[in-house]
Amino acid sequence: MFDCVVIGGGVVGSAIAYGLASHLDSVLMIDGRDSEPRAAQANFGLVWYQSKGVGMPAYQRLSRLAVEEWRSFSEEIEETGGIPIEFAGPGGLTFCLGDQELEARQTILSRLAGQMERTEIGMLSRHELERLYPGIRLGKDVTGGAFSALDGHVNPLRLLMALQQGFVNAGGTVHRGRRVDGIEVCGGQFRLHLKRSVVHAARVVIAAGEASRVLAEPLGMTLPFTLQRGQILVTERVGPVLPYPSDRIRQTAGGTIMIGGTKENVGRDTGTTANAAASLAARAIRVFPDLARVSAVRQWSGRRVITPDIAPIYERSSRFPGAYACICHSGVTLAAYHARGLAKRIAGYGSWDDVQKFSARRFDVQAA
Amino acid sequence: MFRLLEDDRGRMESTVTIEIDGYPVIARIGETVASALLREGASWSRTTPVSGARRAPYCMMGVCFECLMLVEGEGLVRACQTPVRDGLKVERQMGPRKVGPSC
Ligand SMILES: Cc1cc2nc3c(=O)[nH]c(=O)nc-3n(C[C@H](O)[C@H](O)[C@H](O)COP(=O)(O)OP(=O)(O)OC[C@H]3O[C@@H](n4cnc5c(N)ncnc54)[C@H](O)[C@@H]3O)c2cc1C
Ligand code: FES
Repeated sequence: MFDCVVIGGGVVGSAIAYGLASHLDSVLMIDGRDSEPRAAQANFGLVWYQSKGVGMPAYQRLSRLAVEEWRSFSEEIEETGGIPIEFAGPGGLTFCLGDQELEARQTILSRLAGQMERTEIGMLSRHELERLYPGIRLGKDVTGGAFSALDGHVNPLRLLMALQQGFVNAGGTVHRGRRVDGIEVCGGQFRLHLKRSVVHAARVVIAAGEASRVLAEPLGMTLPFTLQRGQILVTERVGPVLPYPSDRIRQTAGGTIMIGGTKENVGRDTGTTANAAASLAARAIRVFPDLARVSAVRQWSGRRVITPDIAPIYERSSRFPGAYACICHSGVTLAAYHARGLAKRIAGYGSWDDVQKFSARRFDVQAA
Repeated sequence: MFRLLEDDRGRMESTVTIEIDGYPVIARIGETVASALLREGASWSRTTPVSGARRAPYCMMGVCFECLMLVEGEGLVRACQTPVRDGLKVERQMGPRKVGPSC
């Protein structure tokens, strides 16, 4: 019997499992087949706080905690996982094109500032932006932007590898290519049904991304969310020109420029479209006209899990103590929190009070 | 290393001159920059941005991207998909491409 089984080896499950391994003796992570949908392998790689939690101060604080933890977390995980993850936290930008976008961004910033004493996010003029990007021209429509000193970016695939390797190095066990078909509770223990075997656990954490709902429902946990497709465009490798990541354009350590991300409600479709490629490229060129000469070499899409207020859902079953579920959109950003604060609480240390705010029950209250 | 099957260097009316890294290279009308390059002694097209190693045209059908070269007016393109024309200026791509106002 395992102290805890984590279902799902995406960036959320891997971070939690990695954290749990330092608190519990025996932790198993079960990850589905390659054909299972994996948002963790499609995402943009931002460690991002500047736009999070408008109207939800708890999420704003959580995101801030996560980006602050990221600095020491990236060092820790590179050491324990033994894989460089290409994290950089120089601060990050949201570019505004035209006056309307500038005003809208200012409104967001003042709402965020009303919820927290020092947000460390401010508006920059076009002139100030030009000084941040000495090597490349800004398009004529760039009116300004928001800058957060705490934001950054990481290679999300390397992060995933490092978390999984760190988990194994800390004594964790991984079963890959196996699917949990259902969970039964008997005598206060959990019985996880796999294709040809049954696994027993004292605790179970459901972190299976969009597949979490069906697993969590029988354990008395409701996870409301919809799916949103995001397409990303990637260019050839070029010399370093973008010293800061921005919400839609960032240059990776390898030199490619990633341009993201559409927000489309198309259900389970993970195709890519020429329309999206054209509009992503057009916006990138409006921000940095010099990118017009750079070739795009890849395009892909992934599905985001979007809860009704975009904040994560952390659920602890009241009917079946020991059962947990975790789904979120910004799994890269929140990885530092999942591996540290959240894993510690799931292991039974520290108070659950702060986490309780992220229960799906918050949606019932709003409805009432 | 490579040569044309029927050697028609004598038929000057069917050839053009392109420039590779500033040196004149005779090419046959209708062929691609990559095939003209392959007849040169130094038949490599670029160095990779990852290791700096040299790369040369490989598949000659547009799928491997090993033949990326800077073609005047077009940017970094696959030389095996780029037909020659008289006076065309081509450069080997050394490492990552530079982006910025001066390029
Ligand atoms: C286009 C795009 C851009 C994004 N950009 C960012 C960004 O810049 N920053 C950021 O922080 N976040 C970003 N995200 C969000 C981030 O990718 C997700 O929050 C994160 O990947 C969610 O991870 P997950 O582990 O919950 O889910 P997933 O990555 O979907 O992983 C779920 C895992 O569970 C496994 N599984 C499913 N069912 C079962 C089962 N029954 N049994 C066993 N295993 C199972 C699957 O095999 C899979 O490996 C982006 C997402 C998209 C789509
Ligand atoms: S040689 Fe392969 S793409 Fe040109």
